[in-house]
Amino acid sequence: MKRTLKQLAAGAVTALGLTLATVPAQAADTIRIGSFLSVTGPASFLGDPELKTLELYIDKINERGGVLGKQLELIHYDDAGDASKARTFANRLLRQDRVDLIVGGSTTGATMAAVPLIQQAGVPFISLAGAETITTPVKKWVFKTPQSDRQAARRILMDMEERGLTKIGLISGTGGFGASGRNVTKEEAGNFGIEIVADETYNPKDTDTTAQLTRIRNTDGVQAILNFDFGQGPAIVTRNYAQLGIDLPFYQSHGVASDSFLELAGDAAEGLRLPASALLVADKLPESDPQYEVLNRYKSDYESRYDESVSTFGAYAYDGLQLAIQAINKAGGTDKAKVRDALESIDGAVGVTGTYRMSAEDHMGLDAESFRILQVEDGDWALTE
Amino acid sequence: MFSEFFQFTFSGITLGAIYALVALGFTLIYNASHVINFAQGEFLMIGGMGTVVLMDAGVPIYFAIPLAIAMAGVAGILLHRLAIAPAKNADVVTLIIITIGASIFLRGLAQVFWGKEYHALPNFSATESISLGGATLLTQSLWILGIAAVLVTALGLFFTRTALGKALLATSMNKDAASLMGIKTSAILMMAFGISAVIGAAAGVIVAPITLTSYDIGIMLGLKGFIAAAIGGLGSSTGAILGGLLLGLAEAYTAGYISSDYKDAVPFVIILAILFFLPNGLLGSRAVERV
Repeated sequence: MKRTLKQLAAGAVTALGLTLATVPAQAADTIRIGSFLSVTGPASFLGDPELKTLELYIDKINERGGVLGKQLELIHYDDAGDASKARTFANRLLRQDRVDLIVGGSTTGATMAAVPLIQQAGVPFISLAGAETITTPVKKWVFKTPQSDRQAARRILMDMEERGLTKIGLISGTGGFGASGRNVTKEEAGNFGIEIVADETYNPKDTDTTAQLTRIRNTDGVQAILNFDFGQGPAIVTRNYAQLGIDLPFYQSHGVASDSFLELAGDAAEGLRLPASALLVADKLPESDPQYEVLNRYKSDYESRYDESVSTFGAYAYDGLQLAIQAINKAGGTDKAKVRDALESIDGAVGVTGTYRMSAEDHMGLDAESFRILQVEDGDWALTE
Repeated sequence: MFSEFFQFTFSGITLGAIYALVALGFTLIYNASHVINFAQGEFLMIGGMGTVVLMDAGVPIYFAIPLAIAMAGVAGILLHRLAIAPAKNADVVTLIIITIGASIFLRGLAQVFWGKEYHALPNFSATESISLGGATLLTQSLWILGIAAVLVTALGLFFTRTALGKALLATSMNKDAASLMGIKTSAILMMAFGISAVIGAAAGVIVAPITLTSYDIGIMLGLKGFIAAAIGGLGSSTGAILGGLLLGLAEAYTAGYISSDYKDAVPFVIILAILFFLPNGLLGSRAVERV
């Protein structure tokens, strides 16, 4: 009896010693990357490919020996598109899991809910959400990989300017994306010598927009039409455009740059132009393109592992992770201030979304040229030059 | 000038035909039980999405459409058997709330099993649109109007010429008396739910080439259809068509002549005005309060 007790006690002490020894050792041996993404819920089309991309590349990097001789460890929570959950999980990542940096935040809501905590804790954070407010004004610890809608608007207006179009009609949805796109387009148009002569809106759930399009067509001097929105609204606008037989140049935004839009809009989409990630035309790029290799490698890695089409949203996570690793390498460790400085000094990192040039004034680092102008030809995307 | 007016009118007819067809679905259940079935929009969704899912599974469109409509009919009967019938002694407001619950449930099922993507169905006619006086009209709008007219006639004949239709009206007027006359009121109600679901699903298939379809298409179309039905007078088939067209034209003219920003306020202004001056809608039967 006595002996068993003693043995038990000895065992307990050893076990305790082991745990005490392993916890700090593990913490020192791995680089802990925290993430909160909307893997389920209404924004799952963003979070799902993002998480898959992070898991895929963290596995790959670990197989090749990790970063600076350390293995990467992903600590992930699913915020289900709920901003208050995102805040809770960000808090857990910072206080309990003590991560070295965070790559995550699928939606603008989730990102902005977590930003105050992250700023306070002083941990480098790379967001995967689109809105301009995330990095404007610049926040010390916050970076992001997707372009804002301002870059998309600029890219469209740039293309219009090149084609000599100066008077355009704008039709946009009244939802968040459409309303924001309408505002930036109106703000930027003057810089490209373009005048918006007609400005119409529709409800994102509307089933017919021919009245609005007729008004635009009958406006004096209108030379092109831009539809800024995402979801099914643009598919209906595109179908109505074809139905009315309008033959002005037609532009859509990056919001519908996906194959499912082509399916919905059908033949009506023929000839329209939009700004999009080069990922959509990865196989059609010339091999001399600086992004050619990165794009096609990501595409084949993702598609061979998951048996589903690659998406531009997953690419934001790819770029976020690559920027993080580049910064850790440059900082020579995971010292948070050094990693932050290294992120800010990234200049010319070729990613899937574009080529990143960060600075103290710009924590997003992409310009309008990172969007390619694509044209729908024979029911598929084609590059325009 | 005129071509613009024509175009706005055609837009209004397209919208109005869709609303009218949806509004028709509300009349049958309302006539049988005075319940406004807020799951009506979900029957539309089952029709449209069911067709898409079956077509994806390789079923040719000629079989996919009737199958999807039959599926909705079964869903309607199940809705009555599982949710409405057990609460038979509840008052009308409780039953209406049950239908709201059922609509959320059906939408949830569709979201989980059929996904959240939008889908398009092909046009019924090969030519997509026809040109008239400088304006274009979708051929699908004509299909919608034609089928709505057939349904109105059929419903009218059903209520006035068949024993079943008369039994249904009798049940709505006085359930106890109808039951004493040998009418199986529960079976009549079940049939009303089944037929309403079939009408709704048929509408869902016919409008899908224009509106596209997805798991949540029933929310907006169901609501607009209900407004159209209320404008025309709940329970009146002709009123449903009239209300739908009025609503569609009002939306299109507002978007065309005033501003697209105010378009969505129009249905609410119309319904307020009509309910204020004509509480039973344009063609609704005058309610008789018995004291």
